[in-house]
Amino acid sequence: MEQKTESLVQKGSFWYPEAASDVAATTDILFYVILWSSVFLFVAIVATTLYFAFKYRRGQHNLKATGQLIHNLPLELSWTIIPLVLLMFVFYWGFKDYLNLVIPPANATEIRVVGKKWFWAFEYPKEGVKSVGEIVVPVNKPVKFIMTSDDVLHSFYLPNFRTKKDAVPNHYSRIYIEPNRTGVFQIFCTEYCGDGHSKMEAILRVVSQEEYEEFLVSSSSDNDMPLSELGAKLYTKNACNTCHSIDGSRVVGPTWKGLYGKVRKMTDGRDVEADDNYLHRSIVEPHAEIVEGYPAVMPSYSGLLNDRQIAAIIEYIKTLKD
Amino acid sequence: MSDTVSNSFFESSKGWKSWLFTLDHKRIGIMYLFSIMVAFGLGGFFALLLRLELLSPAQFFLTAKQYNQVFTLHGAVMVFLFIIPSIPASLGNFFLPIQLGAKDVAFPKLNLLSWYIYIFGALFSIFSMVNGAVDTGWTFYTPYSSTTDTSVILMTLSAFILGFSSILTGVNFMATVHKLRAPGMTWFRMPLFSWGIYATAVIQVLATPVLALTLLLLVAERVIGIGIFDPSLGGDPVLFQHFFWFYSHPAVYIMILPAMAIMSELVTTFCKRNIFGYTFIAYSSISIAVISFLVWGHHMFVSGQSEFVSMLFSLLTFLVAIPSAIKVFNWITTMYQGSISLKVPFLYFLSFIFLFSIGGFTGVVLGTLSLDVHLHDTYFVVSHFHYVMMGGTVIAFLGGLHYWWPKMFGRMYNEFWARISAVLIFLGFNITFFPQFIMGAKGMPRRYYSYLLEYHPFHVASTIGSWFLGIGFIIMLVYLIHSLRFGRRSPANPWGGITLEWQTTSPPPLENFLKDPVVDNDPYDYEKVEIDESGKRCN
Repeated sequence: MEQKTESLVQKGSFWYPEAASDVAATTDILFYVILWSSVFLFVAIVATTLYFAFKYRRGQHNLKATGQLIHNLPLELSWTIIPLVLLMFVFYWGFKDYLNLVIPPANATEIRVVGKKWFWAFEYPKEGVKSVGEIVVPVNKPVKFIMTSDDVLHSFYLPNFRTKKDAVPNHYSRIYIEPNRTGVFQIFCTEYCGDGHSKMEAILRVVSQEEYEEFLVSSSSDNDMPLSELGAKLYTKNACNTCHSIDGSRVVGPTWKGLYGKVRKMTDGRDVEADDNYLHRSIVEPHAEIVEGYPAVMPSYSGLLNDRQIAAIIEYIKTLKD
Repeated sequence: MSDTVSNSFFESSKGWKSWLFTLDHKRIGIMYLFSIMVAFGLGGFFALLLRLELLSPAQFFLTAKQYNQVFTLHGAVMVFLFIIPSIPASLGNFFLPIQLGAKDVAFPKLNLLSWYIYIFGALFSIFSMVNGAVDTGWTFYTPYSSTTDTSVILMTLSAFILGFSSILTGVNFMATVHKLRAPGMTWFRMPLFSWGIYATAVIQVLATPVLALTLLLLVAERVIGIGIFDPSLGGDPVLFQHFFWFYSHPAVYIMILPAMAIMSELVTTFCKRNIFGYTFIAYSSISIAVISFLVWGHHMFVSGQSEFVSMLFSLLTFLVAIPSAIKVFNWITTMYQGSISLKVPFLYFLSFIFLFSIGGFTGVVLGTLSLDVHLHDTYFVVSHFHYVMMGGTVIAFLGGLHYWWPKMFGRMYNEFWARISAVLIFLGFNITFFPQFIMGAKGMPRRYYSYLLEYHPFHVASTIGSWFLGIGFIIMLVYLIHSLRFGRRSPANPWGGITLEWQTTSPPPLENFLKDPVVDNDPYDYEKVEIDESGKRCN
């Protein structure tokens, strides 16, 4: 996996990634409260155990136990009631924070998220902007993600915001964040979903309000980039690289290197040449023809890419000669 | 002394038939012991493969698919073939009847049948491994499991069959405890190991049928597409998770209760102390068994179940932590004023206190709703359950194995090498799993074949730890096998224990006792009872 942000290990505390929202920072307080009380109690438990093991180790003076204490009501009541009270306190605190973490404010901007094997697709419903693998949101504004899945279970995880939620087929789930700083943040899939699970990542880019508006305008206007250059960009942006290599190595699907113009055997026995029409079909209707020896797992990009973008990818494949 | 000389159950009959057709609970216990050790070796081999692959942040020597198969098999073998049957079916089978003063379990033929069912299920799962091993994770979550092209049906059928073995063993043990206690052995004179095995049996009998039905529904889903779980057929994949965890959470207690039960035996014998808070420990086993049925939803805080339901499950989860904590306090207090012998089984006792406490405290972190949202499905969870399942159950199992080994085989193992191995396992375990807490808290998701470079140092440490663990277990294998032939002969009561198994020869005779035992004391009453090395009562 390619490192795109340092917000997880490099930036952040010994235990936790950098907190990028106020809610995340507040949630962390309880973690440290439990951590340090646990360390205190753990040291007490282990120290007592070792002290006893040392003090009462068998020797000539105590071949038998020197006492047979089997009952002490005040002691037993105290180590039942005190942990119970502490745990109820932790429970309540955790529940309160949980509500802040999962219930979005009413004015949150909505972004639709679809999980597919193996990428995240986003759509800004008001602006009609679509993207794959990367999402841009404004700083200091609540954003709500409405999520679903196209195939199996996925889980949308934003470590810097201390939140995640499963994306379930036939069901909409929601998650919200309110970033308090600009930057680039990692998104993982945390529900196991098959061969490409660990590559099903995305990037959250938090930008200023002006940059955000610029992004919306530039994304919806036509691109003047040369086609093959645009294709190269789309190759990583749309997570084609999760399954297709450009250096000839085998990943999940066939490599793109030297693909254009090659004749290959399909699972139905036919020999098909990888020409423009074939490549187009493979993108919008990937299950129509499956190359022999490869699994039929690619989702359709129909509706995710416009005609120009599909043409750009085809042009890009043409540049990848053997 | 002539009345103590007798043939051990090993010598009462010979040949392979005397094993394969035996109805003796001791032989069946040893057959189980052997089988689960093989399973543990296999599961451990998969674990070492996984850790080796994760040395590299990208591909090392497995493909993504192979990696997914290996972690699934590691989980499935360890859970279904090793840890669920481990303590009850091996040590429980051998020692429950002896501790109760009985000649055998209530239904000896059923006992043999459950071993054969176990073997049948195990063969089924091995068959599935060579025929397109499953890649779903041991949890078989739908709709991935209803759509993947690997052998989900074979593996689920194997777990289904193994479930029957577990149910039959549970029924057998319950009947044994109810009906076969020796004269004078009232419920509250039962050793705590027997209490723990009893509580476990209750869960086995009540929870396992739910797993069986769930797995059958999954098979039906794949074969005839009825649309219970698969959303493309109108089913609900989250329903599968409810069904699955309704069994699998209580199953966690099937794994840990017998381990706790061994701890009570170790602490009393090696401190020559009556247990502190006997009734509290006995009742806490039962209350854990009951509450364990009501916490399954804490596996699903981010699955999309309602916030209200999550709140209830979080509350109940905190409640189930209390009895476990009480047990730990009771064991430690039992050491007070004892006469403590630091032999190998007691080293495992100390190791358990250390590791299980870490498992418990991190369990509190995960039971907390707001914190679980971040930590769910990261390495923090992986580490937590290994601290409980391996640091708890496996460590206690090893403690019990070393405690009862001289009784089962009549030979002592080499104490020096056993100490080396115990220390290596303790260190190796912590080196393997402690870094996983940190990387998990830092966001490293579980079940990842490749990962971000910044997690690399944690993975390297973890892999190196796994080698220490591997070496520790290999040493153990060697000295245990060596002891069978070359070990010093063990007296009837090498540790000075006073429960009934120490009052008969090592190994015990076919009928367990030469004279039917009569019980007139509390199980750990070291003040009143003393048993000498030859197993005779001195007072």
